[in-house]
Amino acid sequence: MAFTIKVNGKNRTVDVDGDMPLLWALRDVLDIKGPKFGCGGGFCGACTVHLDGKATRSCVTKVSAVGARAVTTIEAMAADPIGEKLQKAWLDLDVVQCGYCQAGQIMSAAGLLAAKPKPTDVDIDAAMAGNICRCATYIRIRAAIKQAAGLPTADSREI
Amino acid sequence: MAHDMTAELQTSRRAFLKASVATGGGLMLGIGMVQGAAAQTAAKLSAYVSIRPDGSITVMAKNPEVGQGIKTMLPMLIAEELDVDWTQIHIEQAMANQAIYGRQYAGGSTATPTLWIPMRQVGAAAREMLVMAAAARWKTAPAECATAAGVITHTPTGRKLTYGQVANDAASLPPPDPAGLKLKDAAAYKIIGKSHSGVDSPKIVTGQPLYGVDVVVPGMAIAVFEKCAVYGGRLVSADLTAAKARPGVIDAFVVKGGTNPTGLVDGVAILASDYWTANRARADLKIVWDEGKYADHSTALYDSRAADLAAKPPQSSLLKAGDPSSAFAGAAKVVKAAYSYPFLSHATLEPQGCTASYKDGKVEIWTTSQNPEPGRQLTAETLGIKPDDMTIHMIRAGGGFGRRLSNDYFVEAVAISKQAGRPVKLLWNRSDDLQHDIYRPGGYHNFSAGLDASGKVVAFRDHFVTFGEGETLVSNAVLGPTEFPAGFVQHCEYVQSTMPLVAPTGPMRAPRSNALCFAFQSFIDELAVEAGKDPLQFKLDLLGPARTAPATNATFDNGRMSAVLKLVGERSGWAKRGALPKGVGMGVAFYWCHLGYFAHVVQTRVDPATGVWKVGKVWVVGDVGSQIINPTGAIAQVEGAVIDGLGQLAYAITFDKGRATQANFDRYPLIRINRAPTAVDVHFLITNNPPTGLGEPALPSVIPALCNAIYAATGKRVRNLPMTNAILKST
Repeated sequence: MAFTIKVNGKNRTVDVDGDMPLLWALRDVLDIKGPKFGCGGGFCGACTVHLDGKATRSCVTKVSAVGARAVTTIEAMAADPIGEKLQKAWLDLDVVQCGYCQAGQIMSAAGLLAAKPKPTDVDIDAAMAGNICRCATYIRIRAAIKQAAGLPTADSREI
Repeated sequence: MAHDMTAELQTSRRAFLKASVATGGGLMLGIGMVQGAAAQTAAKLSAYVSIRPDGSITVMAKNPEVGQGIKTMLPMLIAEELDVDWTQIHIEQAMANQAIYGRQYAGGSTATPTLWIPMRQVGAAAREMLVMAAAARWKTAPAECATAAGVITHTPTGRKLTYGQVANDAASLPPPDPAGLKLKDAAAYKIIGKSHSGVDSPKIVTGQPLYGVDVVVPGMAIAVFEKCAVYGGRLVSADLTAAKARPGVIDAFVVKGGTNPTGLVDGVAILASDYWTANRARADLKIVWDEGKYADHSTALYDSRAADLAAKPPQSSLLKAGDPSSAFAGAAKVVKAAYSYPFLSHATLEPQGCTASYKDGKVEIWTTSQNPEPGRQLTAETLGIKPDDMTIHMIRAGGGFGRRLSNDYFVEAVAISKQAGRPVKLLWNRSDDLQHDIYRPGGYHNFSAGLDASGKVVAFRDHFVTFGEGETLVSNAVLGPTEFPAGFVQHCEYVQSTMPLVAPTGPMRAPRSNALCFAFQSFIDELAVEAGKDPLQFKLDLLGPARTAPATNATFDNGRMSAVLKLVGERSGWAKRGALPKGVGMGVAFYWCHLGYFAHVVQTRVDPATGVWKVGKVWVVGDVGSQIINPTGAIAQVEGAVIDGLGQLAYAITFDKGRATQANFDRYPLIRINRAPTAVDVHFLITNNPPTGLGEPALPSVIPALCNAIYAATGKRVRNLPMTNAILKST
């Protein structure tokens, strides 16, 4: 069945089973490869996209459930003021190791900063806990989010 | 201590030199591959360096990139000696071609020690050819020429030529003998020692396709592959009717393989134009499997057998130094403890997979393998394709950790493409990946140690219970006879017993060391407590006066080890740990592996009501020689290793009915940001030793450092991993 979804500002039609997760409609039908496949169960966050600006796991979101909500992927984040700052901070602090999770990390971070422009370390941990980084770049992810938010990058928490 | 300067490393060095000679011309690898300059717009000075007339320079990165930063680091070495600005070069991933590039693999933290000199020679050779070409044009001596930022200057006259202007001339010159090349003094480095962000990172943060899962080949189908859940099981029969009938499924067929789970095994391939459709059709398969003779195996069975074996005399002896029996009999105090650790999955975030296009006896492969050449050989032997008929692209991998040193997914993709008669991209799902890993083996250590009246360790014994058949062990389940404190306690005995294992095992980041270090360094901490000593001082005393001790393929320098341990104590404020609040503890551990000397101090707080532990700060000191090549990348490797290690307290692969029971990250809980330390203080102790690698040696000792910190905070000793927080509750 055909579904028209709005992806990165453009209406796109996909003729697929409505149960197909958005991730695979993006990756294998629309050739949008930024959202990554990590677990298929919403556990790792590599597939994170925005639906109307809210960070969402596309591997557990059916195409039929997207409706009129705007789908935004990492490919469009350079044009987003928060996304651009995050991408720059990610590069400045050399966050990336293997990099496979980082598109999802940036999407979750952008969702956080849109809702809370000056997050604390606790806020960051809470918002980012759904995104696994197997290389464990977490120290730099925290710092990069704070840098993008214009905050000091050091972790001020005491044990 | 663990094996070091491994046989692999030595093989790599030999292969490198051999390949260099084989390419003809120069001794240096690839420099014989000079092309006729006229035929190309880009003049190829060697297999690694090409320069266009406009001065743009392409440098090849020879090894697989799995997140360790090698695609950035190796070209830095070339660019330094080529004497160009980092911004002038464009880096390309090399094809898998060992005739040109020597061994191309990511393992054992070997790239730095094996390539530190050769990659700089590659750059210096190209620079020398460019200088000679300029000197010839000026009819002057090369010694009168200087280089900087891709420009050659005739020093006496100030005349200048760019590399681009002389590249064609240079490419027709014979390559110089690398032995005669003068490499820069460290004081002259402009690139080495300065932080360089990952070369692919701009593409990664903008979501451009780079990884194995992103490969698209015209006409390809997406394939999934259903295998027996019990390792090495054989397919008896398969009813594919329902799967084939599912809308969107292109084809489904049986692939026959062997019983070696690290190669091609029996299975059913399903092809569709998208992954989801192919994967969903797996539920429609009706397959009868012969699960083999180990289908009753389980973790409970292994634990029970291990306890039985530990209670019996050992099956074999690994080491006997001095007279352990008499030493134990004469000890003032004997301490005993049993430690165990589980099987672990590599759990790379990008699941295994591979793209292959087979046509008319030849095949093109796009692989994330950490070790593609053995994949070529495996595929040749399994499918009868000539090695030279395989073209192998090395694709950036979403993590490796040793998983991709094996090539099971590689041969699967080629087999499926061959049988389907079309290009396929094979994708594993997370369950495939966790349940068909080549695991870090579990193990059991039954320690005893004798202390004299002064608290000195006078006798040490480990009855290691591991996996294998008789004395033939499964991969990476080895305790070596030089494992510390062997050689540092006068009377020392390592003995062993084995039991068979259903699952395949292999190397995982800091192989063997990641497990052995936890057990040995935790038990040594227990001895410090039993001796009534400061654990850090006790460990320094055990290391003793500076000397060297032989290890497998390497030499352990305990002076370097002690210096690192002392320094981590100073940086962490170890001496002031008595002032920490109740419920907070600091622990220390050290280890040497893969030529790197590391010590960690971990500070942790344990909630007495729940037993939940949280790490505050971690201090790390490492000695990997005289030069940190790319500081940001080096620190990143250490930060990642630390957090990776901390996470290993909390998860395990367990077996039941001959198969792994964990199917996804809900039951294999990789560490997340909310458990990561608040800070990791990384310090490299620079010593006058050759630079060595970092992916692995920074990991092992963080695990016992955390366990020892938990003991300091709670008085509870963590002897069995994975640890459940409940054991830390205050009762």
